[in-house]
Amino acid sequence: MSTEGIGIDRWHPHAFNAIQSLAVRYGLGIALIIVWEYAARKAGSIFFPPPSEILHRAVTLWLSGPPSRLFLSGSVFQDVIPSLLRLLGGWALAVLVGVPFGILIGRSRSLSDFLNPALQFLRAIPGPALIPVFIILLGTESTMRVTLIAFGCVWPILLNTIEGTRTVDPVQLDTVKAFRIPRHARLWRIVLPAAMPKIFAGMRVSLSLAVILMVVSELAASTSGIGYRIQNAQIMFLLTDMWCGIVLLALIGYTLNWLFLKFEKRVLGWHRGARGRTATS
Amino acid sequence: MLSVERLHHAYAPEQLVAANITFDVKPGEIVSIVGPSGCGKTTLLKALAGLLKPTGGTIRFQGKVVQGIPDGLAIVFQEYGRSLLPWTTVNGNIELPLRYQPITSAECRRRIVESLKAVNLTGCGELYPWQLSGGMQQRVAIARALAYQPKLLLMDEPFASLDAQTRADLEDLVAAVRDQFGITIVLVTHDIDESVYLSDRVIVLSHSPSSILAQVNVGLPRPRDQIQTKATQQFVEKRSEIAQMIRRPVGREAHR
Repeated sequence: MSTEGIGIDRWHPHAFNAIQSLAVRYGLGIALIIVWEYAARKAGSIFFPPPSEILHRAVTLWLSGPPSRLFLSGSVFQDVIPSLLRLLGGWALAVLVGVPFGILIGRSRSLSDFLNPALQFLRAIPGPALIPVFIILLGTESTMRVTLIAFGCVWPILLNTIEGTRTVDPVQLDTVKAFRIPRHARLWRIVLPAAMPKIFAGMRVSLSLAVILMVVSELAASTSGIGYRIQNAQIMFLLTDMWCGIVLLALIGYTLNWLFLKFEKRVLGWHRGARGRTATS
Repeated sequence: MLSVERLHHAYAPEQLVAANITFDVKPGEIVSIVGPSGCGKTTLLKALAGLLKPTGGTIRFQGKVVQGIPDGLAIVFQEYGRSLLPWTTVNGNIELPLRYQPITSAECRRRIVESLKAVNLTGCGELYPWQLSGGMQQRVAIARALAYQPKLLLMDEPFASLDAQTRADLEDLVAAVRDQFGITIVLVTHDIDESVYLSDRVIVLSHSPSSILAQVNVGLPRPRDQIQTKATQQFVEKRSEIAQMIRRPVGREAHR
């Protein structure tokens, strides 16, 4: 009977903490939406529709399809999914190029010294400035857009991988060398995991870059995509549609980052643990 | 087992760290290398391990000249926190070097269990190194070396960053492991007590560029005991003999 009492006593502060932490986490967001709704209604400007109207319009735009298609409307298949595929495709391409080359360059002091000025120079080119070049070289189809996203995303991944590979602990390397662990295994089992925290940092920066570049790439010579829809809505003075696109982009960026953090926590759980331990001791 | 002949090493032409070092290690021996800090002890150990190519002299391990990293050798570093891999468990750390050995997976598992038992860490295999205390981490590093079944175990200041009690325990552990596995051990340390207590023989190095000042046969009976052995006349004499040798050059410098 006493255990029951303790159980209840424990439960209360626990539930309270949960509510409190939810309030801290989402309170500001909810409050801002309420203020926005109120202010927009009060102002009555056609340039700033209230969020409820945006939400309503978004449902008609994207969730008015038949049940066989999970209620997704044509626009989802015409614009949203192609945009997401370009974004993820460009980003994945950047990872596939950036990580192996980063390891290769990072493992060789002379190679990285040799390439560094050129890489820094290329990195300084703003991706969008290359859109005209890419249109000439690759046309106006998805290839051009994916290439642009990949070009913009590759630099943080490449440079972080080089940095991460270079800073592998020499004691770790000496240890595995002394145990006669073969070269390829050292790369796979020591260098790569040791560089992983830096690589992930680069991948995360690139993911938000990918969202930006996806939109920018769809503003020029485009016939589909979220970026195209936003621009088109603006030209046709469909301002609520325009806001719908903007909110959707924010949601995509937020969700991608959230998913990536989940993934990172899984893969780099050890890093958090090891870092937390050294920080406290 | 191990023979070092006229070893000589300079990182740069004017930066000589070791000059004319010659000594032998017999199978099953525990030999300590002591010397003042910065005298090139670690350089010497790295040369023995084949991790560093000395600028002169030869090192033979089991009769063969050391070129690159010889087979049958394991190292335990001072920096256990950096030598163990944080992204894998204790089991994973011990297993990694064994993957590239010609042994069956059953044998590999047996060795992991056995080596963890030898260092009193049975049941810790699924933990990550950073979940363990410093002393436990260093024991994992020792277990990893034991599971590899080396002929020669090199230890670079293995207990320098541990507290006194843990250190004493691990010293006894190393002695027990030598008896149990019959490994030859070469240990670098700056702690004279530790060198006398653990070893059969102590090699005393001079200031950099280091050369061998003396080789002291300890000759204390085994098994040794942290309190009783360290209280014997013989222990005290050996300790002060070595301490005198190491201190003398510093004293001279101070009088200048």
